[in-house]
Amino acid sequence: MAAEEKTGTGRVWKYGDNISTDHILPSRFMTQVEPHELAANCMAGADRDFAKKVKPGDVLVAGYNIGYGSSREQAPQALKYAGVSAVIAKSFARIFYRNCYNVGLPAISCREFVDEVSEGDLVEVDLKEGSITNKTTGKSYHFIKPPEFLLDYIQLGGLIPYLEKLMAQGVKKERGHTCLSEKLLVTSDYCRTSEVGKRKSEKRDRNVPQKIN
Amino acid sequence: MGLTVTEKIIANKANLATVTPGQIVEASVDVAFIHDNNGPITLKQFSRLPRTQVWDPSKVHFILDHHSPATTHRAAQHHQNIREFAFKYGIKVWEVGRGVSHPVMAEEGYARPGRLMVGTDSHTVGLGTFGCLATGIGSTEMAGVLATGKIWLQVPETIKIVLNGHLPFGVSAKDVALLLLKHFGPFFLNYMAVEMEGDLLQDLSVEERMAITIMGLEMGVKNAVMPVDDTVLNYLRTDETRETVYTADNDARYASILNFDVGQLEPMVATPGLPTNGVTVGEVEGTKINQATLGSCSGAFYHDLLQAAEIVKGKKVHPQVRFVIVPNTSRVVTRAAQTGVLATLLEAGAIISSPSCGTCAGYEVGCLAPGEVCISTTTRNMEGRMGPGGKIYLASARTVAASALTGYITDPRNHLGGDAHGS
Repeated sequence: MAAEEKTGTGRVWKYGDNISTDHILPSRFMTQVEPHELAANCMAGADRDFAKKVKPGDVLVAGYNIGYGSSREQAPQALKYAGVSAVIAKSFARIFYRNCYNVGLPAISCREFVDEVSEGDLVEVDLKEGSITNKTTGKSYHFIKPPEFLLDYIQLGGLIPYLEKLMAQGVKKERGHTCLSEKLLVTSDYCRTSEVGKRKSEKRDRNVPQKIN
Repeated sequence: MGLTVTEKIIANKANLATVTPGQIVEASVDVAFIHDNNGPITLKQFSRLPRTQVWDPSKVHFILDHHSPATTHRAAQHHQNIREFAFKYGIKVWEVGRGVSHPVMAEEGYARPGRLMVGTDSHTVGLGTFGCLATGIGSTEMAGVLATGKIWLQVPETIKIVLNGHLPFGVSAKDVALLLLKHFGPFFLNYMAVEMEGDLLQDLSVEERMAITIMGLEMGVKNAVMPVDDTVLNYLRTDETRETVYTADNDARYASILNFDVGQLEPMVATPGLPTNGVTVGEVEGTKINQATLGSCSGAFYHDLLQAAEIVKGKKVHPQVRFVIVPNTSRVVTRAAQTGVLATLLEAGAIISSPSCGTCAGYEVGCLAPGEVCISTTTRNMEGRMGPGGKIYLASARTVAASALTGYITDPRNHLGGDAHGS
């Protein structure tokens, strides 16, 4: 099933920082590979009721570093199979970010939106335009669009259909040769060393993933 | 502008003269390895590509390490599927009991300077100890690598960490890792390359260095590299002329250079929740435990077993503590058997399990009941990782062993002395 660049209007489920892959899909479910099994245990480590509450098209919102920890792709797959149409966070852990696109789930970094959105708000994401509209508050936000080939992944449904298409066409297309600032791509709050002190002084509780609304 | 080691490797693998942080390139993979936790999805996704062959079976490895030997009927089925796929394409399978993927790749000599290595284990970063670019990827991405031999990479900025000084009595490489994690937090180094160097490395074996680079993942690094020195070359039974050894240019650009002096370091413990919750052992000493474990790619090398044996020799594990040891490779077991370390641990009352991810994966070996507390040399301590409601403290093998004796978190420096070898 090919995803669209534009998600429908979805409800927001909001969580805090460092939501790890152990929260999104605890390791005890790792031998599961079937979509319905993964969907049923989605977010079991952070919110046991999530799988029952989530509706197709809903949007998962989180703070810094969502997808921290293991490389398990079952985490974004579980979100996708549970109906989540996009993950919007202040920043992403590296492998989780790549896994999201590889399975056809948009991963978007937009700090201001995360700060201002409340759980239950209705939002619409336009990946191609790089915009998020919070329909509950009426406010729109812009994010740095992912590179073209990742947009193709989303349009086609992930890395495999993308490769399938290239192979069918006999095209040898190289991904890359785009110059983007990495900080803009994966984290909207990239911190330089000069900001070490500043971040510590914020005294944000980074220790326990909590709901932040 | 000069290049860092990571930039040089990426430029070489992308067939470019130079690269700049932020640039996205398509790079050629030298070694790809897949474990049994993520393998089933890789196989499923690869099979969706019609008429596709594996790009180069000699560069691909399967390692059965997470559910090993098959811990459930379902895991047995996954293993069978992996073996059949590997046989069909002529790919090597490192069987159940051989050990954890990346330490096995190290032992078997596949981690070599200048290579680009990708593994489906997030802790693949630890192989950067050999001066290669090693990083973890997901299952579907691995299916793409199997089909094409290529991966897109965004050139990361590099940060340099200089580790100066010598470790004090009773302090281990694992304590250095926990210190760095405490300093940087869980995402400060997200997407960055790290170059580690300094006097301290001269004192450390390849495995002790890996204990540090592996844990780099827990602060978000894309990859970590260490210098290719005699310790590394001797381990690989090679010399510089036979390897592609990169060093950073004098004018290489670093996002930052940070110095750490480990001369005054104390044993560290990461409190439950995140591996970055480091405190000195004194701050949590006395916390009652139910289980103590040595395990994982980062915490069950031979030196970990040896250091634990030095602590427990001639003593008994506390009657209300389970001391579970899961060595990370079969060679660790063999060596520990030959040197008497295994006998010392068994006589003290430790339980030895077969080489695998073991207690770190936390769902099949040494699980916790709600409310139970474990102190462990493993890599992660997120809520519920060893079972819902269980609490995990991370520490060095010495601290874990000392705690196993007393039944509470214990400073190992008061339990040192004597020789662990022989009986």
